[in-house]
Amino acid sequence: MAISLNAVASVEGFVRTREFEKKGEMRMTTVRSWRPYVAGALVGILAIASVFVSTKVLGKAKYLGASTTFVRSAGLVEKTVASDHVADNEYYQSKKVKVDWQFMVVLGILIGSFAASRIDRSFKFESVPPIWSERFGDNVGVRAVGAFLGGIVAMFGARLAGGCPSGHGLSGLMQLSLSGFIAMAGFFGAGVLVARMVYKPKKGEGIR
Amino acid sequence: MELWIGLMTGILFGALLQQGRVLRFEKQVGAMLLQDMTILKFMLSAIIVGMIGINLLVHLGVVDLSVKSTQVGANLIGSLLFGAGWAVMGYCPGTSLGALGEGRWHAIWAILGMLVGAAIYAEVYPVMKATVVTWGSFGKVTLPQLFGISPWVVIPVLVALFLLLFFWFEKNDL
Repeated sequence: MAISLNAVASVEGFVRTREFEKKGEMRMTTVRSWRPYVAGALVGILAIASVFVSTKVLGKAKYLGASTTFVRSAGLVEKTVASDHVADNEYYQSKKVKVDWQFMVVLGILIGSFAASRIDRSFKFESVPPIWSERFGDNVGVRAVGAFLGGIVAMFGARLAGGCPSGHGLSGLMQLSLSGFIAMAGFFGAGVLVARMVYKPKKGEGIR
Repeated sequence: MELWIGLMTGILFGALLQQGRVLRFEKQVGAMLLQDMTILKFMLSAIIVGMIGINLLVHLGVVDLSVKSTQVGANLIGSLLFGAGWAVMGYCPGTSLGALGEGRWHAIWAILGMLVGAAIYAEVYPVMKATVVTWGSFGKVTLPQLFGISPWVVIPVLVALFLLLFFWFEKNDL
């Protein structure tokens, strides 16, 4: 991990920042950052290594994904109040409600992100994100309701589609899977359309 | 062993997502508003490297593919619903946990919503399975298999396409 973090940090030198004036206020923006390319390429190597190691050690190729873990987690929570209901549910039966490889990957994402953000001091508590606050204000409750409802729709969609931007997007496209290409088109197609409606950027502001 | 490998993979994945700066709400929504293509640069870079490496390992007979079924109806309707929810919540399932890790604690609302969404899907699954999921089923198929060509024809085309996109993103400061 230290090696990969250093590799990403070393390209900081390539980052050029530029100030530009927009509607009277000065903003800092980062252009031509190599970060996403380098970190992305390293994720590509991680995906290859994961498939190789899981095949050798576990006897089955494991491809990165995240959304099935939400099904298993929901099942684990529901189990504490209605274990029979979970046991009888066909979907939970097919996905197997248990802590598995992918569950640990998703948990690891939380830990890895926490560690990396503490190391380079980019960790920051935030209760309402930018863009959202410009449109809906700083009310935590409004953000909570929006994110909660968005989360319900998105996860329902991901389960119907059979995956999320990790499983369909990254792993699907790496394998040249037809379903991955269809899903990516849908994710971004609807995302672009709905983001435009929701955040309504005013004319000439931001959109090129 | 399976769990430990998963945890290590996840920690590395989380650290790279964080270092790529793709966990942030403004990066995800920024891409959907066509203002900041950070997440696409990240994803397409990962895909370029991953598809070459994985297809090479498959070609050498070292590993197997694990392709998700193509069910055009479910893939399309599901992904459109996902995109709509994604725009509002500003996270995808994997990045929501990562965002929480770097202090964006409001991701917790998105995570709770997604757990509820998964539970709802589990309830209506029998209906979906009998209807939407049966529409346009092609099975577990890849693009090369669909067109009856080698993956080594498809991959260079995609790499060229993605590199052109990168060039265009940088040219336009996206």
